[in-house]
Amino acid sequence: MKRYIDFYLSSMRISILQQFQYRVANYFYMIGMIAEPVIYLVVWSTIANQQGGVAGGYTPGEFAAYYIVWTLVRNMNIVFTPYGWEWRIRQGNLSMELMRPMHPIHNDIAYFSGWKFVVIILWLPLALFLSWVFKPTFDITWMEGIAFFIAIWGAYLIRTMLLSLLGMITFWTTRVSAIFELYFGLELILSGRLVPMTLMPQWVQNLSNYLPFKWTFFFPIETLVGTMFIQELVAGIGTQILWIVIGASILNLVWRAAIKQFSAVGG
Amino acid sequence: MSSVITISQLSKHYQVPEREGGLKAAITSLFNRKYRTVKAVNSITFNIEPGEVVGFLGPNGAGKTTTLKMLSGLLHPTSGDVRVLGYEPFRRSYDYLRQITLVMGNRNQLTWDLPALDSFDLQRAVYGIPVDEFKRTRDEFIDLLELKDLVNKPVRNLSLGERMKMEIVAALLHKPKVLFLDEPTLGLDVTMQRRIRVFIAEYNRRNNATVLLTSHYMADVEALCKRVIVIHHGRILFDGDLSNLVNQFSAYKTLSVTLQNPDTELSQYGEVLSKDDGRVTLRVPKAQTSQVTAKLLSDLQVDDLTVEDAPVDDIIDQVFSQKEEA
Repeated sequence: MKRYIDFYLSSMRISILQQFQYRVANYFYMIGMIAEPVIYLVVWSTIANQQGGVAGGYTPGEFAAYYIVWTLVRNMNIVFTPYGWEWRIRQGNLSMELMRPMHPIHNDIAYFSGWKFVVIILWLPLALFLSWVFKPTFDITWMEGIAFFIAIWGAYLIRTMLLSLLGMITFWTTRVSAIFELYFGLELILSGRLVPMTLMPQWVQNLSNYLPFKWTFFFPIETLVGTMFIQELVAGIGTQILWIVIGASILNLVWRAAIKQFSAVGG
Repeated sequence: MSSVITISQLSKHYQVPEREGGLKAAITSLFNRKYRTVKAVNSITFNIEPGEVVGFLGPNGAGKTTTLKMLSGLLHPTSGDVRVLGYEPFRRSYDYLRQITLVMGNRNQLTWDLPALDSFDLQRAVYGIPVDEFKRTRDEFIDLLELKDLVNKPVRNLSLGERMKMEIVAALLHKPKVLFLDEPTLGLDVTMQRRIRVFIAEYNRRNNATVLLTSHYMADVEALCKRVIVIHHGRILFDGDLSNLVNQFSAYKTLSVTLQNPDTELSQYGEVLSKDDGRVTLRVPKAQTSQVTAKLLSDLQVDDLTVEDAPVDDIIDQVFSQKEEA
């Protein structure tokens, strides 16, 4: 365990050092990324204003809060993508990672965790700017603040498991971008990324309760923006932990089959 | 003394889809896909003892890298037995991976934008090396490879040779007992190649490490390896001392002669390979070497004469061509 803690800290340190080297690129990437929530925010605020100030139970200020927190959650949700898996298998880079006496996913988790610290620092001025423009309504208790902090890391780990599983398909075939796109389409609708889940039809909301997507977007945002009882916060974090365990277990099983399939192409 | 590496009847076969060109063949292949079996490694057997440095030679596509990948646990063998340090590599036991390393000339494990020292520290964490031991080993390697002025520069600013030396340091920080080196001097200049060879030899001497090395540079093999294994089309053609390879497969010797009269015609004594400043290089059949040498000395005014084996590159070529014909 001590070795893993040491490794995580070292890898996060490397990531922070490296990503600060790319700070300008990171910043432009984040600025580009806020275009998506700003469009959603403008559309829904307009609808709310036209409906007398509320749409689906959200005021324009609450929509602003939702989508500003969305920008942070979205950045926390950036993980090693299936395209990255495809790239590292095809280029042969996975071979070098496999020579290490530890599962490559540790490096993925640690490296992207370190990157988050850079992201949060860069996100703060953007959030302040968006708040100044869109005037969000926040009413945050310290309990919600703690739950949010836990939930964004839970979301990060769930998404890491899901996208790693998806990426491992490339052990069997290296042309799987169509499957990836299907996944991202489902995630867009069922996670709360497109609109708050409460604005979706009831059957979509029911379905989303049994799938992992909602726990990576809607739940973390709602811990900060919504009004949840402590029992709901604990149950939500418990569900996140459950999805992490399920994801890690499946990943472990798939990995054992995948590694036998590995053809170590490209060197 | 038990072998460090034991391979018996080891094979790796791939099923490769194939079809002819054209639309009709493309449509047919959707319903009736044909596969061809490629025998990348085909039933090879050898042992390597502790501390041996063995050259693993063969042309491109011979099966060298596939064998190294099976030995390092990256590939599952199709059949046969393989054990390294008592472990079956394909099980990828972490205890096993801690005791070996694989260096590939075209691979990069250093963080591109940061000084190599940061990557070295990550290696320390990966292998759980105690800090004092890590610093001692790192500094020893930095001294041996003369890297002191380079370790603080971002990796992207280093030359290919400098990067390769850093790669080797990173790959050996955990003091592996077995080294799989796949073209470690690929693309490097002569000086850099020599430095890396000296370093590998020194590491082998100090740690009694076992080394299996592939290289297209015969200078690497001649400097480091007493024993060579020659592989071609996935099969072993030769396994033994480098000197035996020369004796067994070298059908010719090279005679270099300096004559008092540089214009003398020598084609009657052997095949003239070159003429340079009065020095003539002849290729003569090995069996006739002493006879030709004696004739040259008796017939002509000779200032200097040397007899050498053919270059190892030529001999290896000859091994391949003889076996192809067979």
